[in-house]
Amino acid sequence: MKSTRIAMIVAAAVLLGVGASSAAGSTQAGKQVKISVASLIPGSTPAAIKQFNAQVAEFEKKYPTIKVKPVEYQWTAPTFAAKLAAGTLPTVFEVPFTDARTLGDHGQLANLTPYVKKLPYYKKYNKAVLAEGTDAKGQIIALPKGAYAQALHYNRALFKQAGLNPNKPPTTWAEVRTDARIISKKTGRPGYVEMAKDDNTAGWILTTLVYSLGGRMEKGIGTHATATLNNKYTIQALNMLKAMRWTDNSMGSNFDYGWSDINQAFAAGNVGMYISGSDVYTNLVQAYKVNPSRYGVTTIPLAKNKNAGVLGGGTLAAVRPNVKTDQLAAAMKWIDFFYEQPLVSKKQAIRNAKTLVANKQPVGVPALPLFNQQQYNLANKWIKPYINVPINQMKPFLNGIFKQDLIPEPEASTQSVYHALDAVVESVLTNKDTNIVQMLKEANAQAQAAIRQGA
Amino acid sequence: MATVDQPREPAVTSDRGLPRRFTVPRRTPLTWVRGGGLAAFLFLLPLLFVFGAFSWYPIVRTAIMSFQHTNLVQAPTWVGFQNFSAVWHDPQFPVAVKNTAYFALLALVFGYPIPLIAAVLMSEVRKRRGVYSAIAYLPVVIPPVVAVLLWKTFYDASSLGVFNTVLHRVGLGPYPWLQSQQWAMPSLVLESTWANAGATMIIYLAALTGVNPELYEAASADGAGLLRKVWHITLPQIRGVLLVTLILQIIGTAQVFLEPYLFTSGGPANATLTVMLLIYNYAFGNSLGGDYGKATALSLMLAGFLAVFSLVYLRATRSWSTR
Repeated sequence: MKSTRIAMIVAAAVLLGVGASSAAGSTQAGKQVKISVASLIPGSTPAAIKQFNAQVAEFEKKYPTIKVKPVEYQWTAPTFAAKLAAGTLPTVFEVPFTDARTLGDHGQLANLTPYVKKLPYYKKYNKAVLAEGTDAKGQIIALPKGAYAQALHYNRALFKQAGLNPNKPPTTWAEVRTDARIISKKTGRPGYVEMAKDDNTAGWILTTLVYSLGGRMEKGIGTHATATLNNKYTIQALNMLKAMRWTDNSMGSNFDYGWSDINQAFAAGNVGMYISGSDVYTNLVQAYKVNPSRYGVTTIPLAKNKNAGVLGGGTLAAVRPNVKTDQLAAAMKWIDFFYEQPLVSKKQAIRNAKTLVANKQPVGVPALPLFNQQQYNLANKWIKPYINVPINQMKPFLNGIFKQDLIPEPEASTQSVYHALDAVVESVLTNKDTNIVQMLKEANAQAQAAIRQGA
Repeated sequence: MATVDQPREPAVTSDRGLPRRFTVPRRTPLTWVRGGGLAAFLFLLPLLFVFGAFSWYPIVRTAIMSFQHTNLVQAPTWVGFQNFSAVWHDPQFPVAVKNTAYFALLALVFGYPIPLIAAVLMSEVRKRRGVYSAIAYLPVVIPPVVAVLLWKTFYDASSLGVFNTVLHRVGLGPYPWLQSQQWAMPSLVLESTWANAGATMIIYLAALTGVNPELYEAASADGAGLLRKVWHITLPQIRGVLLVTLILQIIGTAQVFLEPYLFTSGGPANATLTVMLLIYNYAFGNSLGGDYGKATALSLMLAGFLAVFSLVYLRATRSWSTR
């Protein structure tokens, strides 16, 4: 009987202990507001992390009552969906242009409108860009971090090795194909590679090709949009890939590159040319220490077609919907400090550029204007003395991009449209006998179903 | 230990010669507490909580969600069997079922006999059996993600890949491995067999120790060779274990996720899209919030199929396994 009593006491003590410790854990520390913010992508260099931490320290010095916890963050469709569902996103996180509006409509982002309208530079925003972060009710639910246009990145060293002029990158798709063939033949490295993974990136790049030829993936808006994946330009783009893969054999042997993998392969010097956002140089430096002398970037070749344009997109900063009012206010201060001030405040722009330079991080990476053209030119002027990216090697892009028509990503069910295209691209690159027309028909039906469901 | 609840009086007859009823002490909350019931319950409580929260609650929630449309943020709406119908009519569903069956078949044909053969051969070894067992078991110890990364370098489709380099020396290849719709699934099965065979082999080795050696001696005296001994003695003697490992393998392969997810993400062109990967894609493939209704509906369909299959299998093999 005695042993039973002792057992009961021990069990009760264990339970009470658990309760007590959880109660202690929920105690709040004074008036300080704690927020977590998306920092750098996993695998960033120590120098990049040091630079980010320096900015956090500066912010905390400016706002002593706010405590910032940096959280490594990389937007990928599956991880974002999982974190969103689990409620484990940081207080401030980033989403692509394609997702913000729908997330806002679903009540999955906090309403920032009252805070944004108080910002002194509110009226200077590029209206088209701000619209990407505005939901159907007119609430601002995200603020722009950066905008990009798709670009053709190339390895200048491989161009030279292949006997090509790195200052004269290809300007037509026919030239891309020829140069890729030459690079592949002369250097043994793939002349042109594409993201072709089943994570929506294959569809993203194929859409870029189709836009450059004059095609579109959708007509109309919202759940009433019509999928047009199987248009003649998509067939043309896929036939071009097929020829490069199976006739020229200029695309190497790896056909499951995702966004990070392809950057890594390029930084390692194993890729002649590839398509990605114009701002990808930052990642090439921060994660893979690319050799700047090898890097070159030019515009996406556009076909002689009045509808041909370059796919543009971008990233927005948003806040979790379930945060407390003081956390929301603190989060807005961070967005203002970290994302926006370097573009609108001379003092902050210069300070930011200096910190980046001191930590050997890129300053002057090609990006598109978030504010009006006047503000964009002004901000570029402020940081001009600190530009440390190989700007001359970026001239083919910088000289051409503002002459190109910028086409936004498919508006309805963007990720589903891309996902439907993934399998088609994969098939063309891994099966010589792919029935392109049939596969596109199936992909179109899949995308159309997703659009109708608003998925 | 305290003894309670036992009849304390022997059965005796009453004054009138009729059997008197046993006197059973009445169970009250107090006797339950004194008997250690409360202590047992308190000790059990954390386990019940953990089991309930992390096993049963998700199962019940899954069943409920399969009849709902929800993004886990807004209030869910009841949609009846709509999710099941949507899964059934999804063109990717038959592809995933076919691929899963193909994986299971390949794993059965190649993956099932290998641990058995290895165990039989190892049981014949007289020296350094421990070393061989450790080597065979080593892949099980390697974390799966690390193993996949390792095998990705083996499967490099260029002529510099490990397998292609080796095969080139004997005049074969280069083969595209994971980059081909035909080769991708067999490549996954090969790695999966390597990774899992060790664990099954250990089970067989343990089972083989239970076989009476006199049977082998008698068979040898009758002039039986190794193959005849394996066929007529080993396999019948360990048939119970064989049946259990077979059903476990079928259940395991029907739920294959790790290899296609890490190696190919279901590609190329859905060639390695399995049922589990399709469930994952429903739930997390779209960054705007997954279709959790369809994901849970397909999960229930898979669970239901495996439950029925297991029942039929156990009934069909009952007589054989207990003979």
